[in-house]
Amino acid sequence: MKLTLKIWRQKSRNDKGQFVTYTMNDVNPEMSMLECLDVLNETLIEKGEEPVAFEHDCREGICGSCGFMINGVAHGPERATTVCQLTMRHFKDGQELVIEPWRAKAFPQIKDLVVDRRAFDRIIASGGYVSISTGNATDGNTHLIGKDTSDRAMDAAACIGCGACVAACPNASAALFTGAKIAHLGILPQGKPEQDRRARGMVAQLNTEPFGSCTNIGECTGACPKEIPLEVISVMNRDYIRASWKKRDDDVRTVRPVTDWSLSSKP
Amino acid sequence: MSASTAVTADQNRAPGFWQSTNGKKAVMAVTGAIMFLFIIGHVAGNLQIFEGPDKLNAYGHFLHSIGEILWVVRVVLIASVILHITATVQLALRNKAARPVGYSRKQAINSSYASRTMYWSGPIVLVFIIFHLLQFTAGYIHPGSQFIEGDVYHNVVAGFQVWWVSVWYIFAVSLLGLHLRHGIWSAFQSIGYNHPRHTPLLKKAALIIALLITLGYISIPISVLLGLVK
Repeated sequence: MKLTLKIWRQKSRNDKGQFVTYTMNDVNPEMSMLECLDVLNETLIEKGEEPVAFEHDCREGICGSCGFMINGVAHGPERATTVCQLTMRHFKDGQELVIEPWRAKAFPQIKDLVVDRRAFDRIIASGGYVSISTGNATDGNTHLIGKDTSDRAMDAAACIGCGACVAACPNASAALFTGAKIAHLGILPQGKPEQDRRARGMVAQLNTEPFGSCTNIGECTGACPKEIPLEVISVMNRDYIRASWKKRDDDVRTVRPVTDWSLSSKP
Repeated sequence: MSASTAVTADQNRAPGFWQSTNGKKAVMAVTGAIMFLFIIGHVAGNLQIFEGPDKLNAYGHFLHSIGEILWVVRVVLIASVILHITATVQLALRNKAARPVGYSRKQAINSSYASRTMYWSGPIVLVFIIFHLLQFTAGYIHPGSQFIEGDVYHNVVAGFQVWWVSVWYIFAVSLLGLHLRHGIWSAFQSIGYNHPRHTPLLKKAALIIALLITLGYISIPISVLLGLVK
């Protein structure tokens, strides 16, 4: 099949960037979107041009590395699908695909379709974990957890941190991501002891990063390849409001967002 | 603060409740709910116009006779309006700054029309409320007739007999309906209530309540224009 790819090319963060149109005449409909870019990149390398930079790792939809906008929709037109799992047969022969990176102040541009998502790492580091004692592994079934509870936690834990929620949100808000982490850990007994501190810590870091606010419109959950429900945002709000009420001192600290690659030497 | 090592980046104080986007949204939810209660009370009171001039004017006198309580209600409402708008403006500026470079193409795939137009419906309703207060409470703007203090029935009927006043009223109240259609259920989400079984019902209820409120309000200018109330 024939496709026209209009791809955002940008050499570096300070480069202005522009769309470049590539025509592909023999796209195999069974290829994934990333394999289609692989084929394009081979032809570019043969011609001595710079290949299109994009992030990828597992290519089976579970690592959260890949992702870009296709015709104005994060991860393309198929619901619950990452771009690595999106096969080309979902497009029409002769169609034009406009491909551009996630756009958000909190996700600074690195190159072409690659953006810096370290803001997510800082949010995780501010409370997205469970503190456990080291030593022998505890016996299985020490904590009895009901199926409905584990299902709810698992639904939230399915978040792969790809950033599609931020990309799809008109406000570039990371509420769905943060909510997924807070809900996933807070629902389970292992996460309960740190529930309040986690909510305050992660929400504080979320608000320190230049993300927008949630307006509860639901574009994020529509774009989410793991279909994280909007419910997790209300879990975040509930945990945060309760924890803010109960807190006894301002012990939570945030980390200043770092967007440079190296503070000491030039790359 | 401890000396920074290679792994600890700069540590800063956490944003307070009002500084956080989540806190502002909670404030917007609560103030929105207060204004929603007023809207219910106001439409219930206004619909007494269909029971004749005596009933409506008596209701107007009753509201003025309660004096101090009326001012308490007014102060709470004005504070709600100010907080609601302050939070909105601050969040809107933050949201705009959160995406400095926009998309060449962006498609909405999962959001309602009402939710995407909150930034439009809100300010237009605000302008309308100011106009509405100047017309029916203060009596400064009263095109087509003389404003008579205390004769609520006359003021309403004479006001709505001017066609553009009615059209503007119907337009603004319809936008209020749109605003409520998203706002009623969104407020629950902002204060932390969402349930897979209850929230779909809440969204349906929000639609029905918004529709009933809109129809309740616009039945008055329509009845006046059709000559059913004179």
